[in-house]
Amino acid sequence: MKSKAASYPYLLWMLVFTIIPLVMVVYYAFTDTTGAFTLDNFVNASDYSEVFLYSLYVALISTFICLVLAYPLSFSISRCTERKQSMIIMFLMVPMWMNFLLRIYAWVLILQSYGPLDTMLSFFGLHLNLIGNTGAVIVGMVYEFLPFMILPIHSVMSKIDDSLIEAAEDLGCSAFYVFRKVIFPLSVPGIISGITMVFVPTASTFLVAQYLGGTQFMIGDVIERVFQSDHNTGSAIALVLMVVILGFLVFMNRFGDKEAVAR
Amino acid sequence: MLKENVVSLKNVDFKYSNEVILNNINLEIYDKEFITLLGPSGCGKTTTLRIIAGFETPLEGDVFFEGKKINDVPPHKRSVNTVFQRYALFPHLNVFDNVAFGLKIKKLPKKEIEKKVKEMLAIVDLKGYEKRPVRALSGGQQQRVAIARALVCDPKVVLLDEPLGALDLKLRKDMQIELKQIQQKTRKTFVYVTHDQEEALTMSDRVVVMNNGVIAQIGTPEEVYNEPANAFVADFIGEANIIDGIMLDDCKVSILGKTLNCVDKGFGKNSPVDVVIRPEDIEVVPADQATLVGVVTDTVFKGVHFEMSVMCENCQWLIHSTVAQKVGDKIGMTVIPDNIHIMNKMFLNPNNEIFTEVYYSSEEENTTTFLLEGCEITIPDMYFAEGERIHIVLPPDALYIAGDGIGQLDEVYIESVIWKGAHNEIILESDERKWIMQSDTDEQVATYVPICFDFSKATVERVEVSDEV
Repeated sequence: MKSKAASYPYLLWMLVFTIIPLVMVVYYAFTDTTGAFTLDNFVNASDYSEVFLYSLYVALISTFICLVLAYPLSFSISRCTERKQSMIIMFLMVPMWMNFLLRIYAWVLILQSYGPLDTMLSFFGLHLNLIGNTGAVIVGMVYEFLPFMILPIHSVMSKIDDSLIEAAEDLGCSAFYVFRKVIFPLSVPGIISGITMVFVPTASTFLVAQYLGGTQFMIGDVIERVFQSDHNTGSAIALVLMVVILGFLVFMNRFGDKEAVAR
Repeated sequence: MLKENVVSLKNVDFKYSNEVILNNINLEIYDKEFITLLGPSGCGKTTTLRIIAGFETPLEGDVFFEGKKINDVPPHKRSVNTVFQRYALFPHLNVFDNVAFGLKIKKLPKKEIEKKVKEMLAIVDLKGYEKRPVRALSGGQQQRVAIARALVCDPKVVLLDEPLGALDLKLRKDMQIELKQIQQKTRKTFVYVTHDQEEALTMSDRVVVMNNGVIAQIGTPEEVYNEPANAFVADFIGEANIIDGIMLDDCKVSILGKTLNCVDKGFGKNSPVDVVIRPEDIEVVPADQATLVGVVTDTVFKGVHFEMSVMCENCQWLIHSTVAQKVGDKIGMTVIPDNIHIMNKMFLNPNNEIFTEVYYSSEEENTTTFLLEGCEITIPDMYFAEGERIHIVLPPDALYIAGDGIGQLDEVYIESVIWKGAHNEIILESDERKWIMQSDTDEQVATYVPICFDFSKATVERVEVSDEV
């Protein structure tokens, strides 16, 4: 069985870098420092439930904004010629070649008091707190993860055969109906993977809130801090986050299947 | 029977990024007929169909539907439905929903939709397939869904764009008959596009033969087969021996140095013509009883008949006969006058004559250069003074396709390639003129090639300015 042999290195890779770490996280989450079984870690973790809910809230809002921005954009990109498409996609990707921290720091500079945006707004007599609040965190998140929403939606949309659109027109669809009956249902898989690709990292990311959110941390930041002093509680929080995300993924996929088949 | 027009195209022109796709198309489509647009790829047949469907708007000319001009009516408001080349079924819907798509858009009551879809699926032989996803169907079944989806909307006209192209031969043959039956059962006008001449002849009431954006001939299958309008149609439809001939007089044509009787008149004495003889119209007789005598070079059994190649006067003849002849045998060939079809030459400048002015010349090198469509072309071993008018005659064999890709004239379009028994006659189109070329190799129609001139086969003369007019 040649084909099986070729997969061994990857299986080994998965074992070393996925399975074992996962098992370790689970082990730490259910044991104390001496290695004895305990549920105390989860009790400790529940102290952070407020941060946890806040993180999910920020992630949901950011994902929603990404979707609202990315969907029409992906649609209009997918109607361009192929050359134009790859050029626009490249321009969307260019910021991602820069370091993640640098990009967040750029937002700090833009949004800070007496920064360019604040100065500009003060000309119009507006004095707002642009940084150190949830809004700033969401702006940072959307900026970071927008391309992850655009790419899957665009790739699904650009694969919609023109003849399907023509067929719909031919069968009596106005532009609106072509969208509702053909383009939208066919783009659902892209929306699902876009939402997944944005929601999961926004829910668990760290540093963005530290820079832009003032005192309001997100769960990713909490895990980072807690882990430095207490592996066990850190693992417990991480495990809870993982389970929640897993639940979310299962839900999204079910929704997607239903959407793709029915209608 | 009075024939009612459903769709008519009047003087329709269409260009795609400066390339002429359709050139002055005039076409009347009658009610309840099965009409086929037939031609090689790139001839404009699909574009014509798309203009009727409303996906393209003609640059010039008008499209009428039941007498009303519909140039600017969008596709979803036209009473025509299309069966697409690769079916274009909606992958997210099952068979029932695909077929019901158009009816749902029209917001018909649910009960009625169900009834109509069921009926239509029965017509296309897909009863019981309602709940299947379209991806799980075979090519032939997908095809039927596509047909049902178009027909269920009850359009006046159904447009079919090479719908059988993706099916294998056996299935295609079955579907041809089935399609024809569906058309007769539903009593609708079918406009069918294909490049398969056999398919066109089998199914159609009328055939529209197209080439290079123009209509070469419109007629019943019998008409286009038996009385082709020109050598292109004769060559494209069925098999044919096409030979250069000269009309000696009414009902007398000379080919390969022999005089034959025919029934065509009015071509004028000594005018060059194309002579078309179908392979099945040639009768094999003993060599001493015929004017045309040749040697059999090849015999192939084709099931119903034998296909034989006969070399006669340096010209390859194709004969279909139920009696096999041995390779190497000398045979005579006769054709009854009725079966000799005479047609005007498609090309009126048989020697590629050019009148031009010497642009530049060199006495030392003995060369003359003239301008042709903006390119400098140098004639070696000939000297004419600068500014003189010259008359260049380039017989078809003086042209050749540049094998190394560097031509004296680049980007020349191959308009048609017709086998003339001994060589291919190729008609080419450059920016400003058409060319006729002889070639032993087969070239691909509708491609661009660089061409060169062999001036050793050409004649060049000085002309007095007064001569020219």
